[in-house]
Amino acid sequence: MLKKVALHDVHLALGAKMMAFAGYDMPVRYSSDLEEHKTVRERVGIFDVSHMGEFFVSGPNALELIQKVTSNDASKLVVGQAQYSCFPNETGGIVDDLLVYKMEDQKYMLVVNASNIRKDWNWINQHNDFGATLEDQSDDYSLFAVQGPKATDVLQKLTSIELDKIKFYHFAVADLTGVDEVILSCTGYTGAGGFEVYVKNEHARQVWDAIFEAGKEFDIKPIGLGARDTLRLEMGYCLYGNDITDETSPIEAGLGWITKFTKPFINHEQLLQQKENGVEKRLVGFILREKGIPRAHYTIVNMEGIPIGEVTSGTISPSMGIGIGLGYVKSEYAKPGTHIGITVRNKNLEAIIEKLPLLKL
Amino acid sequence: MDFPNELKYTQDHEWVKIEGNIATIGITEFAQKELGDIVYVEVETVGENIDSGEVFGTVEAVKTVSDLFMPISGEIVEFNEELEASPELVNEDPYGQGWMIKVKFDGDLPAELLTAEAYSELVGA
Repeated sequence: MLKKVALHDVHLALGAKMMAFAGYDMPVRYSSDLEEHKTVRERVGIFDVSHMGEFFVSGPNALELIQKVTSNDASKLVVGQAQYSCFPNETGGIVDDLLVYKMEDQKYMLVVNASNIRKDWNWINQHNDFGATLEDQSDDYSLFAVQGPKATDVLQKLTSIELDKIKFYHFAVADLTGVDEVILSCTGYTGAGGFEVYVKNEHARQVWDAIFEAGKEFDIKPIGLGARDTLRLEMGYCLYGNDITDETSPIEAGLGWITKFTKPFINHEQLLQQKENGVEKRLVGFILREKGIPRAHYTIVNMEGIPIGEVTSGTISPSMGIGIGLGYVKSEYAKPGTHIGITVRNKNLEAIIEKLPLLKL
Repeated sequence: MDFPNELKYTQDHEWVKIEGNIATIGITEFAQKELGDIVYVEVETVGENIDSGEVFGTVEAVKTVSDLFMPISGEIVEFNEELEASPELVNEDPYGQGWMIKVKFDGDLPAELLTAEAYSELVGA
């Protein structure tokens, strides 16, 4: 039985095509993937991503637990700041990627992928040797991503705080359309700018409707998971389950920047060794130089046609009109500018490895 | 959803229009809606004889890729080249400008082709 987000009926009424995703019945598109993508790049769109999980970690030893289970250094956070991080496992892979929010001095919110809520919850509890208080409030919160160049203009109409003052990867707990204690986080998965809005389910409808009303003048549109995927791929953001898994290390995945050896954490010894000695494969972004669309699990070859890796995510880039993707290649091929081939239906299409983001904004 | 009565349909969501010994083939309104924005139609089998049920090409939407299956056996005599520059015609006009191939066939139509009514029931629309 699929779980439903609080506004399930609203999405049906908007004509969304629904799809099973991470155990939830989620809107995949309302009108057209391409239109929705363009709406976010050019104006403003709103995503219901309430399937995401929210855990709260509190108490005098909250930070110690977070430092042990996550790869980034949460001691650097100030109240009102968020950071991208991951939970490394003990065998060189990743349990999940997540955002860590410092809510108060001894209180943090961890935002995790819907598909991993149970796995993550068990993982953190298993490593809670510190007596930190853990609460899973995933079923109590709705999460709306309001993304695009006009997102701040839309939300500013609804809150008394100055949104321009909230820097990237910072947040405020503030009023929104008369609802108190809404978390307004200057984060997102699109590269288009904007906020992610966490609200208790009982206020979800009121907040969603108010954002729509405020966004009318900018022609705000609801956006499905289809466009969410093309938007994140243009930026080269990893998707758990595709680009990072239980078997890929953060060093291989290009997540060295969130793997800080300033403190011990689970499996830091192995990851440090990888960082110092190098890894055999690396996650890279690439752009096709001819017509065709890469898809997950297609083979990546070198210019002699010899397999060197595998695509983990691929699509047509709606902004560029050409095939783009992420995939793992043997490290000697990982340098930007390297020419590679993507095997699409028995033909090797030429591609070039590019620095991320793939879409140069 | 629109499933014109004069066409025949397959369980793989293709439509077939018969004129003499030429069959024009495309995908249905239901199929294009399920796929979403179509960005690429690849048919490299013009001139080939292909059996009913075999793959004659591929349709790529933003999120998915699907094989295209021959509804009848015959020789592919034409690909709709308009689709190379404007694959969105499959979304906009699936039974008209979004047609995909023309096939020259001999003999009878396969018995398993569906009427509009039967296809409509199949997809629950």
